[in-house]
Amino acid sequence: MTGDGPHKDEISGIDTTGHEWDGIRELDNPLPRWWLWVFYACIAFSIGYWVLMPAWPGLNGYTHGLLGKSDRREVAQALTDLQTLRGAGGAKLKTASLAQIESDPELQAYAMQVGQSVFGDNCATCHGAGGAGGKGYANLRDDVWLWGGSLEDIQRTITYGIRSGDDQARLSQMPAFGRDAMLQPAQISDLTEYVVALSGRKANAAAVGRVTTLFAEQCASCHGPAGKGDQLVGAPDLTDADTLYGSDRAAISGQIHNGQGGVMPAWGRRFDPETIKALAVYIHANSGQ
Amino acid sequence: MNRVSGSNETGSLSGSILLACTVLRGLMFAFAAAATDDPLYRFQALIVVAAAVVGGFALNAAMAAGLLVNDQSKYMDGVVKAGVIATMFWGAVGMLVGVVIAAQLSFPELLYFPEVGWLNFGRLRPLHTSGVIFAFGGNALICTSFYVVQRTCRARLFGGVLPWFVFWGYQLFIVLAATGYLAGITQSKEYAEPEWMTDLWLTIVWVAYLFTFLGTIWKRKEPHIYVANWFYLAFIVTVALLHIVNNLALPVDLLNHRSYSLFSGVQDALTQWWYGHNAVGFFLTAGFLAMMYYFVPKRVGRPVYSYRLSIVHFWALIFIYIWAGPHHLHYTALPQWAQTLGMTFSIMLWMPSWGGMINGLMTLSGAWDKLRTDPVVRMMVVAIAFYGMSTFEGPVMSIRAVNALSHYTDWTIGHVHSGALGWVGFITFGAVYCLVPWLWKKDRLYSDKLVEWHFWIATTGLVLYICAMWVSGIMEGLMWREYTPQGFLAWSFIETVSAKHVENIIRTLGGAMFLSGTLIMIYNLWRTVRLPSVDTSDALAAPLPAAA
Repeated sequence: MTGDGPHKDEISGIDTTGHEWDGIRELDNPLPRWWLWVFYACIAFSIGYWVLMPAWPGLNGYTHGLLGKSDRREVAQALTDLQTLRGAGGAKLKTASLAQIESDPELQAYAMQVGQSVFGDNCATCHGAGGAGGKGYANLRDDVWLWGGSLEDIQRTITYGIRSGDDQARLSQMPAFGRDAMLQPAQISDLTEYVVALSGRKANAAAVGRVTTLFAEQCASCHGPAGKGDQLVGAPDLTDADTLYGSDRAAISGQIHNGQGGVMPAWGRRFDPETIKALAVYIHANSGQ
Repeated sequence: MNRVSGSNETGSLSGSILLACTVLRGLMFAFAAAATDDPLYRFQALIVVAAAVVGGFALNAAMAAGLLVNDQSKYMDGVVKAGVIATMFWGAVGMLVGVVIAAQLSFPELLYFPEVGWLNFGRLRPLHTSGVIFAFGGNALICTSFYVVQRTCRARLFGGVLPWFVFWGYQLFIVLAATGYLAGITQSKEYAEPEWMTDLWLTIVWVAYLFTFLGTIWKRKEPHIYVANWFYLAFIVTVALLHIVNNLALPVDLLNHRSYSLFSGVQDALTQWWYGHNAVGFFLTAGFLAMMYYFVPKRVGRPVYSYRLSIVHFWALIFIYIWAGPHHLHYTALPQWAQTLGMTFSIMLWMPSWGGMINGLMTLSGAWDKLRTDPVVRMMVVAIAFYGMSTFEGPVMSIRAVNALSHYTDWTIGHVHSGALGWVGFITFGAVYCLVPWLWKKDRLYSDKLVEWHFWIATTGLVLYICAMWVSGIMEGLMWREYTPQGFLAWSFIETVSAKHVENIIRTLGGAMFLSGTLIMIYNLWRTVRLPSVDTSDALAAPLPAAA
């Protein structure tokens, strides 16, 4: 029942190939003309493209094409054009000091553009698109600074990072008082009340009284006797409302227990100095400084 | 009857060999699991041991019960039935994961657990892509190829128990790959994420598949090889080649899941996209064209439009596709001349691809009324239309100037899904709607009305998906290339992500609709299987000559 042999399809009146597989036959139609011609046209287009553009490899290099196009040359040209477009701003940024940039409105406007573009694709990942930060990531829009908010301070933090492993990185380590059993749970609980009181909130007076000495012994060396912090060692001011890891009692006692400290990369390894200058100017201008 | 008893022995012989191999493999991996100090390796090795234990007992029981009868006068349809079930199961799983990750792109906090990585987007994404391509698509191709090659060769599947090994071996590959992704095992090659152990296993299974298929063609009772079988064979052979070359790697240690690729730098990228694009070409195009070439003429009862076109477009497709990979690497470190070749071969690929579309659509001439009366035919025709659309869109996107806008954007995602949901999904649905009544010997599907519902819900979801991706893709492409007057990027990346929020939600909705259609289909198929059977013999189409 292979059905092999001459056979005509009754509906179309066209011959089939004469074979049959599981009831399926094939008509002996020619290739559609339009199909064939479009196929040829695509081949012709490709051959034309090969003649004009870099195309076929050989033993020594490749065919460069009659148009002499080269992606590499075009990229190099585009980069040169970009330098021309950016003109004086780009050149001045290299030599100007941070203070000079900020006092020259034109140069500052240019630096702000560089800074915004770089910030959006690098810093925003942690600090947020608007720079407002989040839990564990500093808010860059206010006037509260862990490591200092002057132009130079910001430049240094960006260049070397925080706990980044760089030799000149900002470095501090709050002890994990609870985890490392340096303090008892009851002491941590009382110290939490002390920190709550420092920020001007209502706290358990008895608890605060119990740990006044302990605070002076254990915490004041970095956070200062009055809890005002110290930007030289990145110790936050405990008297304001601004906190990195949260301001409720659970967050505060958690921080005393674990002594958490975040990491910021050393961007000097990735950006050139003028980009970092521009970033510092951008962050400084957008902060509350 | 001598013949039948003789082949029974062949069946139990191949069963015994397989049993021995399974036990050996189980023991080997039990030792490996005990010896390794790599927890992820142990996790995977234990899955292999579990599979060997279950498989060994099942095989032993099947042999004892005499289920491995290899009756050469009958088609081997049990493995095809299992394949249909696996296709629909993995289809639902893969599409569900797709909907979940689409929702994660719309609402990033969804199922995000910083402490456990298992359900993060990065791990679920390869689960989705491999789930739909290899688990759903792969099972569909294997089971339809087993069905089609038997019918068009009028021969029982070759190799005794070998087809069952291919089926279960492939399921083990899927489980290893899927659990590996979730646990964090990946070699970071798109669509080739599984590490070397899983790759080796798939190689064994795939070679067994090739033997089964070739062996069946070898013993065919038809003088000629039907076009669907050329396409299936091209798919099987080329996928083997692609898989092996792209996965050439040196394991860190035989007891460690990690490995180093044989290639590095741009050579690695080019090898990967030679693989990646031909996975599209030979897995998702050639394989499913094979499906089309059998199920469309069979269902509409009309001859294939043009034998000559099928020959010319087959060879043109095979020859040209293999060159098109570099179009995935436009404007990268890949030398420009290689980009040129990738682009021009993609353009030349347009008509060879459309040859399949013409042959599929024109096969309906003389039976266009079926488009109105048979929703299964409509499903297959829409599949062919989407095939035509995406094989036109592909060459357009391969043009360097277009690619400069479209590359890395959602446009690519939309393009892939018009091919994957529209073409691969719908042609598979059509084939399975045909197969289930044929295999389980029913005279009809449980409900044509449910097929209509499936068709319309899935088609609407598909259109929503693709349109949303066109809009968001072109939008983000334009945002990425927008500069300020002084030559700085106008938008940060995260701003372009936020801009796509609405399109992402529409995409999620479209995907959920497509999944709903699949669930309706599964219900319909399940009710079909429960219908009373009609008496249809599973004997070979033509009686064997008495002397044989």
